[in-house]
Amino acid sequence: MSDIIEVKAGIEAENDKFAADVRKLLRNTHTRLINLMASPGAGKTSLLEQTIDGLKGAYKIAVLEADVDADVDAKRIEAHGAKAVQIHTGGSCHMDASMTLQALQTLDLNEYDLIFLENVGNLVCPAEFDVGADLKVMILSVPEGDDKPLKYPLMFQVTDCILVNKIDTDEIFDFDLQKLQKNVAPLNPKAQIIPISAFTGSGVENWIVYLREKLLAWNYSCH
Amino acid sequence: MHELGIVTHVMKTLTDVAAENELTRIGSVTLEVGEVSGVIHEQILDCWDYMCTKRGPLFTGCKLILDTIPAVTYCSSCEKTYPTVQYGRTCPHCGSGETWLLEGNQCTIKEIEAE
Repeated sequence: MSDIIEVKAGIEAENDKFAADVRKLLRNTHTRLINLMASPGAGKTSLLEQTIDGLKGAYKIAVLEADVDADVDAKRIEAHGAKAVQIHTGGSCHMDASMTLQALQTLDLNEYDLIFLENVGNLVCPAEFDVGADLKVMILSVPEGDDKPLKYPLMFQVTDCILVNKIDTDEIFDFDLQKLQKNVAPLNPKAQIIPISAFTGSGVENWIVYLREKLLAWNYSCH
Repeated sequence: MHELGIVTHVMKTLTDVAAENELTRIGSVTLEVGEVSGVIHEQILDCWDYMCTKRGPLFTGCKLILDTIPAVTYCSSCEKTYPTVQYGRTCPHCGSGETWLLEGNQCTIKEIEAE
């Protein structure tokens, strides 16, 4: 004889459990985690190189490099003096909380103030998975176009900050920053939009100021 | 979306439920799937049948039933609701773009039939 049993469990329940474990682990060592998401080639690694240089001395930084394969990005990060942990997702298109937890556990977190997760290049799946980060940042690069929020709304909804990279090429690619702001507004009115060029360095100081303010606010909130 | 990933999550959760309730066989599983959850019905059913052959006697011959939950959007300008799939982000009552998805993006295990 069969019985009907009510389960009522979201499919994301298991990921959320791991995300809570990530938060607990980081709280204990006063370490902050930033989830950096973007398409392939948007400039995640270049931005991190500029960010590490911009914060140098003030914070100890590690980067979790998530790629389907290879370790070229990890080598670039280490050349800038930050610790890099290479994660091979083995074909998976995003990082979930359990993979993030495993990667964090390979580090002595007491050694680090700030950890960046350089997520797999993809505007779809990374947006769906909470990894336990304190801040979500996405990069949209100018050649991708100002209409991307219309095509990938979830990514633009969940992010706290949108860095518009390669802004030095906006004329060539007919990219309209105001149009982008108009497309983002109904999805995420609170999103901070910062135009930068990780290549020329223009605007990067605005991102560094935003990040420093976040880090200071977090420090006050945990003491 | 991640149909195979969803299937493995569901099976993991149900393996725990089965252990707690001392179940030996699950006859059917009902998932509530929102219209705009991104889950593709045909794909998840295929993945389900495939994984049922891989996960031992608990899931042998287990059927997956999908309950579609309609997507509903709320307009904060005129405070009315409307069907999301038909009208998208713009409110059909007042034309406002100040609208929010109320429900329809979920994927939840509702119930199982088991012995």
